[in-house]
Amino acid sequence: MSFLIVANAPNVFEARRAFLGKSGLLLSGAAVALLAGQEALAAGGDKSSDSDTRILNTALGAELEAIAAYQLGAESGLLQKPVLDLAVTFQGHHKEHADLLAKTIQKLGGKPVSAKAKYAFPTETLKTQNDVLRFAATLEKGAVSAYLGAVPVFGNRDLAKAAASILGDEAMHWAILRNALGEAPVPSAFVA
Amino acid sequence: MRWHVRTTAALAFVVTAGAAAAQHAAVAADARIGETIYSRCLACHALAYDRTGPRHCGLFGRRAGSVKGFAYSDAMKRSSIVWTEKTLDRFLANPLKMVPGTAMGYAGVASSKERADLIAYLKEANASAQCRS
Repeated sequence: MSFLIVANAPNVFEARRAFLGKSGLLLSGAAVALLAGQEALAAGGDKSSDSDTRILNTALGAELEAIAAYQLGAESGLLQKPVLDLAVTFQGHHKEHADLLAKTIQKLGGKPVSAKAKYAFPTETLKTQNDVLRFAATLEKGAVSAYLGAVPVFGNRDLAKAAASILGDEAMHWAILRNALGEAPVPSAFVA
Repeated sequence: MRWHVRTTAALAFVVTAGAAAAQHAAVAADARIGETIYSRCLACHALAYDRTGPRHCGLFGRRAGSVKGFAYSDAMKRSSIVWTEKTLDRFLANPLKMVPGTAMGYAGVASSKERADLIAYLKEANASAQCRS
């Protein structure tokens, strides 16, 4: 079942749009809560804080690349509405993640990495809408795994919670992109 | 003398069993499964180009922290590691333990079988046209 076939079924598409809108609201609420939680973070110096800052900066680097990847997809001319809207919505989430991560790094006394002037993307393989969706799904799946691997190694458990919150969002992106590709949206009971 | 014979026989058994186990592990490593496991790395890494993490083409035999133009952590640059199956296995099991201060803030791949599959895939990929071009 392709995404476009689903899109032609108005009730299903309306339900999805409503779901996306609500999930966006939930994420914003979570981001606000996570920022509020950072009041307790001390500007670092200790080993644990330095390690947390490095982990956050690696995550920020990946988020900035994801923003650039969605920009590439949006400007490719390959994405048709409503898929284009979906990509822009997900890019907005990554911008929120990046903003939260950068502010937290600063709060810890670190220096957030900046976006690269240029990213290497496999543009030669992106010829159709499905190619772009598959590329985005690959990045989102990787992000789920990266955050899953980061959660247990944070010294500060509030940061682990924030990373888990972002992980949940990335997993939703991945599932919806898989669904758009006609694949089982949730292929297994666990992610790795 | 009897003790010596028994000991020799026992040692021979241990050596044979060890070799068989090593062979089994080598046979059991599955690059196809490893490719699936590699999807976990794709938020930060690619085979042929640098991303948040460095490229994996040319990995085996490469000194850690040596890809030209990539901004490594000081810890990785100082690590003196040369990437082999053995060093990769140790690093993938717990990156932060092997290289404290690495930018790869990742808990690791706990399963030795999954690490073996992943390394088998990386070896296969490194021999592929994508990495040789």
